[in-house]
Amino acid sequence: MNSITSQSVPHKAPAKKGNFWLRKGNKIAPYFFISPFFIIFGVFGLFPLLFSLYLSFHYWEPAAGLAAMEWVGLENYIFAFQDDWFQKSIYNTGVIALKSGIPQHALAIPLAFFIHTSFTRWRNTVIGVYFIPYITSTVAISLVFTTLFSRDFGMVNQVLTSLGNFTIADMKVLSWIFPVENIDWTRPEYTKDMISFVVFWRYVGWNTVLYLSALQTIPRDLYEAAIIDGANRYQQFRYVTLPMLKPMAFFAVTLTIIGNLQLFEEPFIITGGTGGIDQAGKTAAMHMYITAFVESDFGTASAISWILFMIIAGLTWLNHKVLGGSNH
Amino acid sequence: MITFKKTAVSSLLCTALLSNAAYAEQVEITVSSFPNFNQVAEAAVPLFEAKYPNIKVKIISMAYGDHHNAMTTALATGASLPDVMSVEASYIGRFAQSGGLESLNKAPYNSGEFTDQITPFTLPQATSSNGELRAIPADIGPGALFYRQDTLKEAGVTQADLIKDWDSFIEAGVKIKAKTGNYLLANAVDIKDIYIRANLKNGEGIYFDKDHNILVNSPRFKEAFRLAKAARVAGIDARVGAWSAEWTEGLKRGTISSQMMGAWLGGHLEDWIAPDSTGLWRSSQLPNEAFASWGGSFYAIPVKAKHKPEAWEFIKFMTTTKEIQLLGMKEVNAFPSLISAQDDPFFNEEIAYLGGQKARIEWKASSAKIPTVVMDRYDESARQIINDALEQVLEKDADIDTVLAEAEKQIKRKARRR
Repeated sequence: MNSITSQSVPHKAPAKKGNFWLRKGNKIAPYFFISPFFIIFGVFGLFPLLFSLYLSFHYWEPAAGLAAMEWVGLENYIFAFQDDWFQKSIYNTGVIALKSGIPQHALAIPLAFFIHTSFTRWRNTVIGVYFIPYITSTVAISLVFTTLFSRDFGMVNQVLTSLGNFTIADMKVLSWIFPVENIDWTRPEYTKDMISFVVFWRYVGWNTVLYLSALQTIPRDLYEAAIIDGANRYQQFRYVTLPMLKPMAFFAVTLTIIGNLQLFEEPFIITGGTGGIDQAGKTAAMHMYITAFVESDFGTASAISWILFMIIAGLTWLNHKVLGGSNH
Repeated sequence: MITFKKTAVSSLLCTALLSNAAYAEQVEITVSSFPNFNQVAEAAVPLFEAKYPNIKVKIISMAYGDHHNAMTTALATGASLPDVMSVEASYIGRFAQSGGLESLNKAPYNSGEFTDQITPFTLPQATSSNGELRAIPADIGPGALFYRQDTLKEAGVTQADLIKDWDSFIEAGVKIKAKTGNYLLANAVDIKDIYIRANLKNGEGIYFDKDHNILVNSPRFKEAFRLAKAARVAGIDARVGAWSAEWTEGLKRGTISSQMMGAWLGGHLEDWIAPDSTGLWRSSQLPNEAFASWGGSFYAIPVKAKHKPEAWEFIKFMTTTKEIQLLGMKEVNAFPSLISAQDDPFFNEEIAYLGGQKARIEWKASSAKIPTVVMDRYDESARQIINDALEQVLEKDADIDTVLAEAEKQIKRKARRR
């Protein structure tokens, strides 16, 4: 027996011996085993996606059944673009996204650097504390914050007014910086800030964890080389850490863009589902929900969701240009 | 012998057939509902099943919003529909117009046989524009003004001052604020909500008339906005939304001294909002001879339901049995829509929480005076637009005529697919 046959036989042997179904099964089995994902994705992912695209070109009164769909072409898109409330909700979404998004990263990077360099034994505990808001239920968070920011009975106002009314020799010495009367946080000028604060508070820990994991991959010798070159701690951060964090920053900012533009739960619960006074806290996703389920105009709501998708895709592309492009 | 055999066989056959038939008739119907309307059905099911041994009832409850979203999608796809669908008043307009529910005033249902026994103003809410009754009212919410007797006394204000007319109401609020520091109203928006509902001509809707004309740019809305603004300027409203933490806390502590709402608010006050204020609250009719309704629940049968005759038996049982209607009142303060239930001696009893007042009989009297209001598919869109317009007036001092003209345009845009 030469070497060639001895090598080829073991490969062919099972096929020859196996019956038809076993042979067929060997080919089908892999597809069978990966089919659950495709079936579930098809039913719960792809189909709704395509159906909503189809729906966005129709007028549909859903309670009347599927037969009631009526082709209207681009009318839903045109209506959405011209709708004052939609424009306002896009503006609100943008403002909240910036006000909550920028501080998230501006704080998360130095915080991750600080935790990375200053904690050894308690590091995981500290990270865990910052991460807790991220895994807590949004509903619980929003309820706690609405209680804290309650006008007459909230802790925030109690602290602020007690500082504002702090008196030394009959003079309210701090009244120029702190309020002396309860602030109504539901008023339109505060709504967006309040929502932004909750979103910021919630996701800063998540971003810190992302940046921390990136920090851990930066080789030590880069810092050692920097130290030999005489770099101080700030210079190490500025010229070693920040450039090395860029790929993670791209990833984290992308997640923030997507998450913030789809923001729904926090503003929905904080404003009681209405968007607040003057709709100051109504995000685009909330507007979409209200259009579909309150006004039962599913066609326009689908069009809004696709417009939102295009905006998100555009901004992600832009982010790629800014942060992701210079990676090579 | 042969005849005996024959009879034996045939009787055996008969019993077999009968028992078989009885077995086949054992039907389970599903009733979808929401809290706390579901409690009435749950309490009534044992009585219903005792009366109709062949029908079993399964009740599925979801949170208020989730229930109506689920029903909307179920109607949209025609899948997983219940046999009996509960619908709340804010959704009934849309559901009744949609064509997904059975017309109950036609054969085989013929609801006309008993609808004259039901409080008249509710039926048009569940009637589609082509005159088909799509749901049967199970409870109603006659509007009432609840107020703190002790606060009024302290400020030297009487009930008559509150309800004479709206200007007198606002004046009383100013006095209460000056003497006790308490607010009269939770929110100035409440005045607008009642004013636009009150004293509609029969057959007129809140935002639209029968022919879908938009009614918002009218003296009725202008006056409603003016009064709300006057109340805000007078500083008599606490500027809190109903059901917020500030609202319940304000009612509990008495810093909000009155609230206009459905008569069922009395039960909420007693049960959880202000359980310690027994004897301090009173109920009266709304100011300025206004009669309006808050909420209300309906039962409907989807066109694609599986067990329609059994569902219909259940709906009739829930809506036309006096005992069940009273059960709803006792269980969850669901005010009966059935007139004969309102004549029960129970309505003459004193309510200890309201200081021994016989309030139920007053609510009954006002429910008879509530005008029939035409519901419209776009009511919900119009409601949002009008609330937004009023916020412009209250918060940003916008001109009433301008915002209402603008609101009319916006509603026209929203209702573009008439």
